[in-house]
Amino acid sequence: MKFNIVVASIASLVIASSAQSAEVMKLAVTTSFQNSGLAEILLPEILTDLDLEVQLLVVGTGQAIKLGEAGDVDAVLVHSRSAEEAFVEAGFGTHRREIMYNDFVFVGPRSDEAGAGTAESAAQALQKIAEAEADFVSRGDDSGTHKMELNLWKSAELDVAGFGDWYKAVGAGMGAALNTASGLGAYILSDRASWLNFGNKGDLAIVFEGDPALFNQYAYLPVNPDLHPHVRNDLAEALEDWLVSDKAKGLINGYQINGEPLFVFNAVVE
Amino acid sequence: MIDIFDGLIHAFWLVVTLDADLVEISLRSLQVTLTALVISSAIAMPLAAFLAVRRFRFRRFVIAVLNALMGLPPVVVGLIVYVFLSRSGPLGVLGLLFTPTAMVIAQTIIIIPLIASVAHQSLRDLWQEYHDLLISMNVSQTQKIKTLIWDARRALLTAALAGFGRGIGEVGAILIVGGNIDHATRVLTTAIALETGKGEFALALALGFVLIGLSIGVNLLIHSLSRTEREGRW
Repeated sequence: MKFNIVVASIASLVIASSAQSAEVMKLAVTTSFQNSGLAEILLPEILTDLDLEVQLLVVGTGQAIKLGEAGDVDAVLVHSRSAEEAFVEAGFGTHRREIMYNDFVFVGPRSDEAGAGTAESAAQALQKIAEAEADFVSRGDDSGTHKMELNLWKSAELDVAGFGDWYKAVGAGMGAALNTASGLGAYILSDRASWLNFGNKGDLAIVFEGDPALFNQYAYLPVNPDLHPHVRNDLAEALEDWLVSDKAKGLINGYQINGEPLFVFNAVVE
Repeated sequence: MIDIFDGLIHAFWLVVTLDADLVEISLRSLQVTLTALVISSAIAMPLAAFLAVRRFRFRRFVIAVLNALMGLPPVVVGLIVYVFLSRSGPLGVLGLLFTPTAMVIAQTIIIIPLIASVAHQSLRDLWQEYHDLLISMNVSQTQKIKTLIWDARRALLTAALAGFGRGIGEVGAILIVGGNIDHATRVLTTAIALETGKGEFALALALGFVLIGLSIGVNLLIHSLSRTEREGRW
């Protein structure tokens, strides 16, 4: 009867567990940061320099802030200024530290039937898309990118609630939303990094870029240890010091995809 | 269609070269699901046997609920486990959120009703056969349950394999409670979701094929070790 062997072999597999060595902290980051690929450059360096393993929770800004409020992560790295300031003001975070910025681009069908490429500003590009009622995919997930998009609509003096079927809020991450846009041949607002790393571009291309209104500031917010005594504020502080160091500056400014730099380091060193 | 072909080739190379990341997430997939399977079997099978031999007032109701819970949406289970395990939730002090343990808990909850329902079905049939014999021997309730479980072990194996199938391919719950952290809680299914999000369909498909292969492999292994479909009826 080999039945016992089956049970024994399953049990042994179950018992086998992994060992841990370095200190571990959890950092909630936005999908756009993860999709940029910068994390894969920074994390191994952090591990060697600080002997600190940073575990990334890749979520939208809305959820990242929530994770910080609940004390489920030790720090968050996001890009939505108003949400960040509210987070610190409510006492969930100790402070807000600007680290770097990148920018957003409007991606759309190569033919650009709405003529967004000829616009002089981001707001005007949106007005042209709305005028043509060309398909537009919105993240619709309360992420930093989604909030940025809503602010841009506001500056274009258009009300999202009044849009017809051409405005599609998919309620998904950047990659999934880009997949949808690619399938529909629709316009979409994307951070540059996600777009450059995206593997399913199809007939899409960048149609509008470069307006300063499209700049995207990333900030680092350690979770308040007074509120959640279990969070590793010491590790969060150590990581912050590393992120604003000259070494991080070199790595961030030097990071490129297809020869294009993505991020600009702009932390103020005290 | 080209993507599928690319995926197959990609999968082939990943397996042949024993890609380190692939091995890691595959082993974690197995570890999480098999742990959940062992725990849920230990709970669900005695429960199923108990429901087969014991007559009590709400028996039908309990069975109906178990059957209904087979269709429990994993994403809802994930969300409930998440809320319980979050630092601001009732079990937050345990610090289990975003660990493989949290994934095991979620999968155990998902698998239990399935194993219990399938197991109950076959145990009930067996109980009809054994009823008169066991009653005439005047054995205790525990002995009845033990006898049923042992003699129906092959049918219970099928129930367990169904549970394994549901667990290994599940993504909704473990994505929420595990967080898909690289080198910590990333498993095959969450990696597939991630690569799809990046538009890397070939890699996502490759991982999908590995997952299917892994599932078939585990089933074959368990069948060959326990010699089902070979000797006589059992």
